[in-house]
Amino acid sequence: MREQMISRACELLANGSVDRVIGWERGEFVYDVTPAVFNDAEDLKSRFVFDLFCGANLSKYLVSETAKGGKVLAFLKPCDTYSFNQLLAEHRVKRENFYIIGVECNGMADINRIREAGASGIKSISSAGDKVTVSTVYGDREFTLSDVIAERCSSCKSRHHVVYDELMGKDGEVLDSNRFDMVEKLEKMTPDERFEFWRGELSRCIRCNACRNVCPACTCEKCIFDNASSGFENKAAADTFEENMFHIIRAFHVAGRCTDCGECSRVCPAHIPLHLLNRKFIKDINELYGDYQAGAEVNERGPLVNFTQDDANPSIVNERGNG
Amino acid sequence: MYRISLDSIDNLFAAISAVEKLYIPADREDGQSYFTEWKEGVKLSDNLNTFRSAKGLFFPQVQDLVSFRTEGKKIEVIDTRKETEDFVVFGVRACDAASFGILDRVFLSDPVDSYYKTNRDHGTVMTLACNRPDETCFCTSFGIDPSDPAGDISCWKDKENLYLKSLTEKGEKLVYALKDLLTECDENAADTVKAEVKAVMNELPLSNLKPDDFTGEQLSVFNSEKWKELYRSCIGCGTCTFVCPTCQCYDIKDFNTGKGIERFRCWDSCMYSDFTMMASGTPRLTQLERFRQRFMHKLVYFPMNNDGVYGCVGCGRCLRKCPVSMNIVKVMKSLGGDAK
Repeated sequence: MREQMISRACELLANGSVDRVIGWERGEFVYDVTPAVFNDAEDLKSRFVFDLFCGANLSKYLVSETAKGGKVLAFLKPCDTYSFNQLLAEHRVKRENFYIIGVECNGMADINRIREAGASGIKSISSAGDKVTVSTVYGDREFTLSDVIAERCSSCKSRHHVVYDELMGKDGEVLDSNRFDMVEKLEKMTPDERFEFWRGELSRCIRCNACRNVCPACTCEKCIFDNASSGFENKAAADTFEENMFHIIRAFHVAGRCTDCGECSRVCPAHIPLHLLNRKFIKDINELYGDYQAGAEVNERGPLVNFTQDDANPSIVNERGNG
Repeated sequence: MYRISLDSIDNLFAAISAVEKLYIPADREDGQSYFTEWKEGVKLSDNLNTFRSAKGLFFPQVQDLVSFRTEGKKIEVIDTRKETEDFVVFGVRACDAASFGILDRVFLSDPVDSYYKTNRDHGTVMTLACNRPDETCFCTSFGIDPSDPAGDISCWKDKENLYLKSLTEKGEKLVYALKDLLTECDENAADTVKAEVKAVMNELPLSNLKPDDFTGEQLSVFNSEKWKELYRSCIGCGTCTFVCPTCQCYDIKDFNTGKGIERFRCWDSCMYSDFTMMASGTPRLTQLERFRQRFMHKLVYFPMNNDGVYGCVGCGRCLRKCPVSMNIVKVMKSLGGDAK
């Protein structure tokens, strides 16, 4: 796939269809891939990479690329296309600035899962079919892809590209995903158990703001939490509940707009399953307003910014709370 | 040198914690290890290193400095400091142990930071040599030997035993207090472990990484065109700075309680837009400038002002944790030779 992507990108650069290319750059090791902009063929051939570790969603970078103008070739995985559409709907990117090649994706690996399985001192990682071989200074380890795939990919919602100019590889289907399983488990807990679960998870927050900064739905020019004159600016918690509130408020802020790309959990250095907060909102929206997937369409009003006669009444809170 | 069987390590922890508070690396539900207060049942982690370093025990992320209470035109200044208890931190790796030396240069030079000094004075550091260094390790680039960590007491672990050697008066005192549990052994008892770790270090991909000496050419490094490319992927989060054992920047803030002010300090991050914000504004308006600051500080300014000592210990946390895998190794490799 990598070679095909590079050669198509070179073609589009050469015939002037695009000015630059956004993709993933090879790292120091085999897995530490960095989002990058490429300007010419030589650049692409030496640095461009597309493999199991290109999980990073490039959509958010497109906000600043739009501001720079010109035409950018963006390679988007199915989940990335939902984020792109949502950014289009919110007027954060301009469609005419991008030539989108939708790339087939069958799930990305998570280096943390490889490490948790005990692999350290990694020298190289190769994959063939379903087999992933990790070569380390302490000997070789073999895994199946399902052992090392990212959580968000193991509950992939869709392999369908919702926006593209051309496709590379196959366009898949919207999947019947198991992504709400854990949310259901949490819903079945007693309020006290659920409270304990979240207190435990969120207590590891170091307030690095990586979840916010990587989130394609968090595109405020200046976040209230960075704004000293807001009265809410904080780099440190005043008490042990403040971090908890930060995450809950952030989940509210992106409710109805979150496409469930899972970047928040991918980047969290403390491995907090932040995506579960967003999935709870998505599940509730589906149940209260009918199935809705943010980013699936550009020109529709999301349920939380629309009004219909059938909308759930505020009293639903009491009914559910007692249930 | 002394030894104790690994089967009895909990007895050692119990004996230490009977006298002083003890922190050891222990795993939490996310599989990462955190310096945790030892209690019956807390198990020593097998992880190579903790998610965050032990820096927070000496320089906490949030720390109250002083309070003011106002009544009419009267302002009362309240010292909020509490009596600091002695504590022991066990399982500090060589890289993190070296980071204390860097922090000491900042906080213990004139004017001495009394908050930090108090914690340093009360803390005893028991280091633990590495057994399984990782591909992200590059402490040797900064002259640190992972098989021979500094500290008040150095420890080594093989399959059966933990070996201990005290290096300071504080360490001596603690070993003396534990002597009933310990067996005296040969000074060379840990040599096999040391040799094994050294052999692995040489095989690791970053073993040949050497920091270039930029000190004479700071301006050309500062003005390098490469920053424009390097910073671009940075999302401006504080992860690298908050997991870093040597980052020491902090902000001082006033929290208005309605009846007065609680003045506290908290870790700051050069990645944040209001870093070093002053009444006149901030000197670094763009992410490029802030990103550059982090690496200039560690690789250029710090050694310039500190006898050539770099502000990095090669623990590799930022390599593992950066959401976009942009890190100090990539910066060092990219800038290396650029200034020449």
